[in-house]
Amino acid sequence: MSTLAATVPAVRRARSRTSLHRSRRWALIASYVFLIMFAIFFLLPPYYMVVTALKSDAEMARLATNPWFIFDGVTLDQFRILLTQTDFLIFFKNTVIVTVCVVAITMVVSVLAAFALGRMKFWGSSVLATGIFLTYLVPDTLLFIPMFQIVKSIGLLNSYWGMVLVYPTLTVPFCTWIMIGYFQSIPKELDEAALIDGAGHMQMLFKIFIPVALPGIIAAMIFAFTVSWAAFVYPMAFLYSSDQQVLTVGTVTSLIRGDVYKWGMLMAGALVAAAPPLVIYAFLMDYYIAGLTSGATKG
Amino acid sequence: MAEVALHQVVKKFGDVEAVRAIDLDIPDNEFVVLVGPSGCGKSTTLRMIAGLEEVTSGNISIGGEVVNDLPPKDRDIAMVFQNYALYPHMTAYENMSFGLKLRKFAKAEIRQRVEHAARILDITELLDRRPKALSGGQRQRVAMGRAIVRNPKVFLFDEPLSNLDAKLRVQMRTEIKRVHQKVKTTTVYVTHDQVEAMTLADRVVVMNHGRIEQIGTPQELYHHPRTRFVAGFIGSPAMNFIPCQLEQAGAGLRVRISDTIALPVPAANEVRYRPMVGKELVLGLRPEHITEPRHNGRDDSCDFAAILDVVEPLGMETMVFITIAGTEVCGRVEPSSAVDAGASMRLHANIDRMHLIDPATGAVI
Repeated sequence: MSTLAATVPAVRRARSRTSLHRSRRWALIASYVFLIMFAIFFLLPPYYMVVTALKSDAEMARLATNPWFIFDGVTLDQFRILLTQTDFLIFFKNTVIVTVCVVAITMVVSVLAAFALGRMKFWGSSVLATGIFLTYLVPDTLLFIPMFQIVKSIGLLNSYWGMVLVYPTLTVPFCTWIMIGYFQSIPKELDEAALIDGAGHMQMLFKIFIPVALPGIIAAMIFAFTVSWAAFVYPMAFLYSSDQQVLTVGTVTSLIRGDVYKWGMLMAGALVAAAPPLVIYAFLMDYYIAGLTSGATKG
Repeated sequence: MAEVALHQVVKKFGDVEAVRAIDLDIPDNEFVVLVGPSGCGKSTTLRMIAGLEEVTSGNISIGGEVVNDLPPKDRDIAMVFQNYALYPHMTAYENMSFGLKLRKFAKAEIRQRVEHAARILDITELLDRRPKALSGGQRQRVAMGRAIVRNPKVFLFDEPLSNLDAKLRVQMRTEIKRVHQKVKTTTVYVTHDQVEAMTLADRVVVMNHGRIEQIGTPQELYHHPRTRFVAGFIGSPAMNFIPCQLEQAGAGLRVRISDTIALPVPAANEVRYRPMVGKELVLGLRPEHITEPRHNGRDDSCDFAAILDVVEPLGMETMVFITIAGTEVCGRVEPSSAVDAGASMRLHANIDRMHLIDPATGAVI
């Protein structure tokens, strides 16, 4: 009797284990199927870019061949001409200068602002924090007309320094918001311990808060970098000579002449332009996710 | 090393008065424990001493100097927090040395102090680890180390053991006592655990509703509580409070706790109690003073029989629960003398240890 009673649940347990095993296997198969589908979906355009950038103009002009493959052999001519005979390198240099400055300005402003708004409770601090976020909700397509007036009146029209001035209006609010969430998730005993240990507010910020909130800061940095690297509306509206132009707009305007599209160079340019964000994302992805999620749940 | 004095200290949060005009003098090297239920103002008091909360009115002085307006770093205090508050990106060594570095101590001096503290706390081999790689007890040791290296005038502990499991808590309690015996420094320790308060303190300050109910040595509080709150708060299991009436019995007095049970008042208390004759009062008697009869039948005037509702054997002793006139009463008896629940047992009230409480004021008479 007792053996029977003991074996029945044992069999049932074994069966439930196999069914659990089976459902886990199905879940795995299903997730792989969908992952592969999405990977193909998202990787096809870059693949097309690579293939096109490595073709000769002659092959591209021949409409009979399949555009997804290279038939006449791989060539780096598109890259060579792009880098030597166009203003691409000037655009690249301008973009790097603008982006580095914007990231630096954004980090200084938003880390200090977030520290003040998130940790030093003062009258109106929460209203201010919400206000900063609301400014982020106004899209740049609405802002560029008044911004045009401002940039023009300062005399920075058609200068990439004008971009250094206007991009932070897009980056600072969001980065401040991420950082507020991150700073608020740090237990308040930590600053009290630092206060008792003898730290002033600045020492507290640099020795405790910035190191502890590093994932959040890196997330904010990546965001600022992406926004400023990929901005299109402002340079389109404010920059018109090619020595001041940035990558996004410059590549397009210099390689499309009327209805002539230099597809090979356009693709090569897009690939080179996409490389820095790709490298940064690949190295800092884990920080980016950790920063965003922690800011999201605790903020 | 310094004495700490609080004079008429008040703390208000908006309209809420968290601390109500308290006076407290802590002599040099004393270990004082502030104890009370949550929201009694004990942590706020500690944080005011630390300088983390501003004082609404009154004065706090450390070493004879009024520190009301001094920032925490200039008060020469060190604090250990409930959640340790270790800097997560620093190793144990860096955590402990952070305060000294900010105060621009020489490197050799810092090393020597940290190593000395680490030896006292037995954490020498953990100095290279980050807080994440330490257990709760080890983190708390590092947090204590951070306080010790500073060699401050006053140590402040804010419920430092609440996050530890029961066994570790007992172990760390002993550790804290040992450290205080080695590093003689004035210590203010906040806890809601009365056992911690009793075991650690030179003097215990019992707080309730932002007021100090009583200050005294653990023994004083245990044997001579001044209010019903203190009587009920100190001691585990808590003191029994039984509604009673004080009656004249011949030349003496007796307390009647039910129709059938009336206990004679010890002669020593009679003068104090006499004005209360005829009044409804509350008898306070600790569980350890309700036992099986231990007097070999010589004086059975304080004995009574009761049906046991619940019996809880604890090994060394057995807790018995009875009902007297609708009030649940707990007694502590020898395991061998206990009977089963539902059966009647003869019990003895050690009436010499009685407390009589005026229910109107809550004061012990």
